[in-house]
Formats: sequence, structure tokens, C-alpha cells
Amino acid sequence: MSVLQILDVGLALLVLAVAVWTIAAREIFGAVVAYVAYGLLLAIVWIRLFAPDVALTEAAIGSGVTGILLVTSGARLKSAGKASAAAKPGLSLHLSAAALSLLAATALAGVILALPEPSPTLAPEARQELAATGLGNPVTAVLIAWRSFDTMLEKIVLLLAVVGVWSVASDRFWGGAPAPLGRANPQGALLLLEQTLVPLGILVGVHIFWVGANAPGGAFQAGAILAAMWMIVMIARASEPPRVNSLWLRLALISGPAVFIVAGLAGIGMAGNFFAYPDGFAKPIILFIEAFMLLTIAATLPVLVAGPPRRSFGP
Amino acid sequence: MTPSTLAGLVGAALVGLGLYGLIVNPQPLRKILAFNLIGSGVFLVFGIVARKGAAAGFPFDPVPQAMVITGIVVAFAASALAVALILRLHEETGQVLLDDENPASLPSEQGAGK
Amino acid sequence: MIETAAALEPTFGGPLLVLAILLPVVGVLLSFVLGGRFAERVALALAPVGLVLALAIAFLVWRSGAPVVYNIAGLAPPLGIALRADGLSGVMLVTAALIVAAAGFYARATFATPEGSTEARAPFAFWILLQGIWAALILLFIGADLFNLYVGLELLTFAAVPLVCLSGKPETLVAALRYLMFALFGSVFYLLGAALLYGAYGTLDIVLLSGRVAPLPAVWLAAGLMTAGLLAKTALFPLHLWLPPAHANAPAAASAVLSGLVVKGSFVVVVRLWFYVLPALPGDAAQVFLGALGSAAILFGSVLALRQPRLKLLIAYSTLAQIGYLFLIFPLASGQHPWTIDGWNGGLMQTLSHAFAKAAMFLSAGLIAESLGHDRIAEFTGAGRAMPVTFLALGLGGLSLMGLPPSGGFAAKWLLLRASVAAGHWVFALVLLAGGLLAAGYVFRILSPALADGSLVLKSPPQRSREHAALALAVVAVALGFAPQEFFDFLQIGRMAVAAQP
Repeated sequence: MSVLQILDVGLALLVLAVAVWTIAAREIFGAVVAYVAYGLLLAIVWIRLFAPDVALTEAAIGSGVTGILLVTSGARLKSAGKASAAAKPGLSLHLSAAALSLLAATALAGVILALPEPSPTLAPEARQELAATGLGNPVTAVLIAWRSFDTMLEKIVLLLAVVGVWSVASDRFWGGAPAPLGRANPQGALLLLEQTLVPLGILVGVHIFWVGANAPGGAFQAGAILAAMWMIVMIARASEPPRVNSLWLRLALISGPAVFIVAGLAGIGMAGNFFAYPDGFAKPIILFIEAFMLLTIAATLPVLVAGPPRRSFGP
Repeated sequence: MTPSTLAGLVGAALVGLGLYGLIVNPQPLRKILAFNLIGSGVFLVFGIVARKGAAAGFPFDPVPQAMVITGIVVAFAASALAVALILRLHEETGQVLLDDENPASLPSEQGAGK
Repeated sequence: MIETAAALEPTFGGPLLVLAILLPVVGVLLSFVLGGRFAERVALALAPVGLVLALAIAFLVWRSGAPVVYNIAGLAPPLGIALRADGLSGVMLVTAALIVAAAGFYARATFATPEGSTEARAPFAFWILLQGIWAALILLFIGADLFNLYVGLELLTFAAVPLVCLSGKPETLVAALRYLMFALFGSVFYLLGAALLYGAYGTLDIVLLSGRVAPLPAVWLAAGLMTAGLLAKTALFPLHLWLPPAHANAPAAASAVLSGLVVKGSFVVVVRLWFYVLPALPGDAAQVFLGALGSAAILFGSVLALRQPRLKLLIAYSTLAQIGYLFLIFPLASGQHPWTIDGWNGGLMQTLSHAFAKAAMFLSAGLIAESLGHDRIAEFTGAGRAMPVTFLALGLGGLSLMGLPPSGGFAAKWLLLRASVAAGHWVFALVLLAGGLLAAGYVFRILSPALADGSLVLKSPPQRSREHAALALAVVAVALGFAPQEFFDFLQIGRMAVAAQP
């Protein structure tokens, strides 16, 4: 066994241990902390799988933004979590659940190990089509060119999630803003973080967006990083969540899918098919779409974390 | 054992672990965590499929990797919607459990017509 | 039988498929950014346009006698995504357009932005989510890629769940949260199955998969996971627990769409899975198992419906039973037997007639609850005379549920009965008969006090136009009973077209 293999096995065991902690932790808050650590470890697994794009997404969204969402909501539920500890299900349920889970995991593991070799793949087709897009990163090409329809619709899923989250507001707060993300008087360390990390994070985000056409990165990852920066600013109370009826906010939330659809419809005139790009112009159009996707992702994720309007006024 | 085989086994274990947590944890927020564990297990299955599909000079098949990126974003949206519902329910009732049978699951008279 | 190669070629009119999906998506975006009264206006203005598009697609399918196909971006599967519309898609597209339009028309009174305010919470959310559901359904009816369908299933979940708790009452939040849990469980299992299929065959296109699928362990596990996930979303017994509180608590216009259409979205994907992706599997036992679950749902749901004291809960439990009938399509339409034509037509006819009948009944129930101030069945005495058109719509919907002629429900159950007898599935035949009797029982329970003599003072009379919206849907449910042979020929277009010969 080489050193790398030992490290791999160690990483796998660590991921599983933290996952167990997520499930078994007594308090909600402990489970949430475990889950954030779990997401970061998982990002390393993705790097070992030669999936840097996924690793970035997992670290930024799966661990980072989801972490902020769960930490803020877990804190609100903290008191209630203790009271309900008595309502734990009985031993028989635990045993049957364990048996069922073991069965599912075993069957899945068996099937995964028996998947056909050599593995079927679309990598050759991707190699063939990649030149026409002018991109160097095939994952970006899948997301914005070949399966762009999925990506556009997934933005609609995010938008409907925003509508769903807002819809649980009280009627009297409609048109107002969500509650602030942080406490009234942020501590010095948080302000320091805001003043040093945020400019750096914005630079990193813009860089990741810019290189995404050819190297790992792109609108998703960069958008998530920018979203995280905006949330840090809001937690430090240097900015407040915007009102839900702000026209600028709403335009930012729909701009990604809207530009995507306009470009997609224009495709039938310019390239003969909906969502097709004309020869030679694919890359600039793709970057144009991605710029608006970046804006939409950077706006949507914090809005989902901030939750429904909880006060009748706002910035 | 190659990293992709190992990741496949981890993925299978995560699905099992998440399923267990989903069944035994009565708190909705813990169920959401369990869902996310299952989800990341499923994404790892896509991940090993992508890695095993290395060909034509790419160290991976890009299509399943792109599907994982879409999936991670959707999973986050699901968590956010669930959290909003849980917090609102908590504000209204102080309730954090879903599994107790309560008469409140019947429609109220006023609510029926609205 | 159409060859696989032919089913992959884009056809004339294919671009309409993209436009059909984009229309409500654009509606969602416009409604979101304009907000307020514009959300309602956009939704109501797009409904007739969507109906015309649905009819145009159905017409093209009928004229060519073959599926309409479009490859998005001009890139063929496996690297690209295709959309395909066949007979099943055609009737479902038109059904969805009609019911969304009727529910939207009906909902104007409930979800109008109040005078004096530019925007209110519930109307804003309702009109956007209604269009979201519509977009998701269209995608599920014409999607031809299992991952694209996954996005469609998620779109449907995110649009449907918040509708349940628009009133903001705690019981509706509990119902919505439970619905979300079942739906997320369904999505994640479906996605795991899709991952395994991609790992085995390197594509998720339905036509390409159907030509490659073989009975491997990975395929069986994928089939089981995806089916279980989709059954949870369709609320087939025993994964039905979320449905009655969710459908009974939602606002009436939303209940009509949830019960009439939304459960059909995931049902169509189960049909695509077993009849289009997996016909090469020797899956007789699995198909009979699905039929057995359906039979259990018919009996269980009907008996519980008989015992409900409130109208909306009764109608919701009746949905459990009527979903059961849908699953008889699996044992009765699989394989290459002569009776499968009846089994297929019966199953689809049940899907359509239940959609119209149930939507009509929920809309009527909403009017009754508003006019009486309650929906306790025992206190309906004299209500039939006080609001005759509403109870006519309710009764005609009930007629179709019972399966009495002339109605779409009768045509559906008659075809399913004929197929079960021909196939020698006597148990299913008995369940069909018992289900009809039980449905007669619960419909009678509603109508008998309502038609009794008595004086009853309405809090407010129902609006005539809203009564007509409910009645129109009920009339369609009945009119389906007069469908000519050409209609059934249409349902067969594209069926098994992609089946690999064993």
C-alpha cells in the first residue's frame, strides 16, 4: 500500500466518522457543526476523484452556504431541540432502521463494484464537440452548452425556492425585509474578517469565474463564493438583507435564467436551433450568459439563507 | 483499492447512514441533514461513474460531473425551503416534531374554504 | 413498431416542444419581476396561449401518427437532450392546460391583490407557483432524458409544496413539511437510480436506454429505487401518508391542481420508466406487484373516504383510491398481448377522467365551504337546492369516480375490466367492481343529505362564473365517456414505439 492509498483510506474513514457524528450528535447544533466539517472533507474526496469543479461547488455551496443556513436556523431551534429529546423513538425502530439501511448500503455497494468495465462514457463525444464551444473546460461546456436546458431550468427551481421561502412570511411583513443575519453589535473579530476576507473573496470569486471557461471554476462556484462574501458582510451588519419587493433584487434574481432564455430563443435564428450557439460566437455568448448566472447565484443563495421577510421595513 | 472504488463504497455507506438517520431522527432539521448525507452519497456514485469514464484525454467523463453540480445546487434549495417551513412552524407552535399524530393535521373549518 | 433510429430523428414541429415549456417559465419570470396584479394578469393571459400550443402539438402527433421530436441545441442524445411528445404527452398537455386555466379562472376571487395595496403575499406566491407547476408538468410529459426529468420532478416539488401552506396555519405547515419530506425522499432515490443507469450504459436518454437495457443487478436496483421514489411522489399506498392532509388543507384552486394534475406528473414518469426504458426487463412479477399495490390503494382509500366527516378530506382520500386504478396499467398493458391495448387505453383514460373529475370536485368543495362556512357533510341538508350548479358539478364528478355510464370513469373502468378478464387477472376484476361500489357509497354519502329537503341559509351565494368553471371540468370528465375510436388510436401513438424486441 502506497502512502497515497493509506491517506485515501484515512480520508474515507474520516468522512464516515464525521457523517456518523452528524447523525448521532445529541444536539442539533453539534450535528450542524459536524455537517459543515463533513462538507469540507467531502471536497477533498472530490479532488481525489479528479473533480475540481465539483470540489469547489461542494466546498462553497454544500459546506459553506448550507452551513450558514443550518447554523443560523439551528441556533433558532436550539432551545426546542433539548425539550424534544424525550421523544426519541424506541429500540425496535432503531434496529429495523439499521437493518434496512445496512441492506440498502450493501446492495448499493455490490452493484457499484459490479458496474461494467470498461465504463461507458461520453468523454470522447465531449472531446469532439468541445472545440466548437471555444471552451477548455468540458464541465462548463456541459452546463452551459450541451445540457444548458437543465441548467436554465435549475435556475427556475432556485427561483421557485425563493418564492416558497418568502411565501411563509406573515402577511403584515410582505414588502419588508428578512431579519438581519447577525447580532446587533458585531465583535471585533467579525469586523476584521469582513474587512480583510471580503475584498479577497470577491477577487477570488471573479478570478474563478474568469478562468472557468478553460480551467476548473465558472459561474456556479464563483457565484457561491460571492454569495458567501455578501453573507459575511450581512452577518457583520455592514449591510442588511434587502426588501422582498426591491426591483433591483428581483431583477438580479431572474437575470440569469432570463438572459439564458433570450439567448436560447435567439439560437433558432442565429444557429438554427433553440439553445444553439452560432459558429465562432459560442464563447462570447457563453461568457455573457455566465456573467448573469453569476449575478443570479450570488443574489439567490443569500436570499434563501436570509429567509422570509420578518419586519415591515427594510433598506 | 483505487480511489474511485473506495469513493463508491463511501457513497454506499453514506446512503445507508443517511437513510438510518432519516428514519430514527424525529426532528425535521435532523432529517434534512440526513437527506443531505444521502444526497452526497448519491453524488459520489455519479463521481465514481465520471472517474471510471476517463477517456479521450479527459481524466473524467464531464457529463455526470456536471449533473452533480446541478444536484448540489438543487439540494441546497431544498434545504432552504425546508428550513423556512420548519422555522415558521416553530414560530407558530413551538413544535419541532413531525411524527406525532396531532388533530391539527385535519383541515380547520375556516381553512377548508379558503 | 418504430425503429430506434427513427425515434431519435427530430421531426417537423419539434421547436413547439421547447416553446411549450418556455411559455410558463417566462410567465414565472415576468410575474416575479412585475409582481402584484401583474402576476395574475400574466398567468391568465398565458393560459389560452399554452392551450393553443398544447393543441398544436397534439395535432402534429395525430397527423404524423408518430412522436414529435426535438433535439435541444440541435445536439442529438447521448450528449444532448431530446424532447419527445407522443399520444400520452398530447392528451396530458391538453388536460394540464385546461385544468390550469379553469383553476386560474376560479382562483381570481381568492387570490386577487387587495384594493389599496400594490402586492400581497398569497396572490404573489399563488400565481407564480401555479405557472411553475404548469411548466414542470409540461416538462414531465415531454421530457426524454431521465436527468432532465429529475429537474422537472424538482421543479414540480418546489412549486407544489408551498401552495399547501399558503394560508400559513400551523396544520398546513405540518402538511407541507410532510409533503416535502416524501417528495425529497422520492427525488433522491430517483436520482440514485439514474446514477446507476448512467454508470451501466453511459446515457440517460429514454430511447437509447431502451435499446441497451439488460437484466443486470444494477438495472434492477435502479428500477427499484426509481420506482419507490416515484411512488412516494405519486402517493401510492403504502407511501400515501402525506397526501390527505396536504390536499385537504390547500386552498381549493390549489387542491384541484395538486390532486388532478400534480400526482399525474410523477405517474407519467413511472409509466415512461417501465414501458419505455425497461420493457426489455422480464418484469412481470414487478408489474403485478405494482397492480397489487394499486388494488390495495383502491380498497384502503375508498374505505377511509367512506368514513370522513368533512368533504375536502373525503375527496382527498378518494384520490388515494383513484390513484390505485392508475397502477393497474402495469400488469394490464405490459408485454405483447392483445389485451394490452385495452389495458393501456383504460389506464390513460382513468388518468384523464380522474384529473377532470377530481379538479371539478375540489373546486365545488371550495365553493361549498365558502358558502356554508363549513364543509361538514352531515350538515349539508338542503344545500343541493341552495346551490344546485355547484352540486351538479360535484355529482357529475362523482359519477365519473363511480364509473357509471356515460362518463370517462366508466370508459376507463370498463376497458380495465375487459383487459383483466382477458388477461385472466380475476383479482383485479373483482377489485375494480368493489372499488366502483365503494365509490358509489362515498359519493352517495355527500349527495344524500345535500339533496334532502331542508331549509338552509347561505352565508353568501356562490359566484356563478366560478360554479361554471367547476361545471365545465365535470362536463369534460363525463364527455370523455363519448370518446370515439380515433381518440383511443391517438393514445396508442408512440406506445411501445421504443420497446426493444426480446
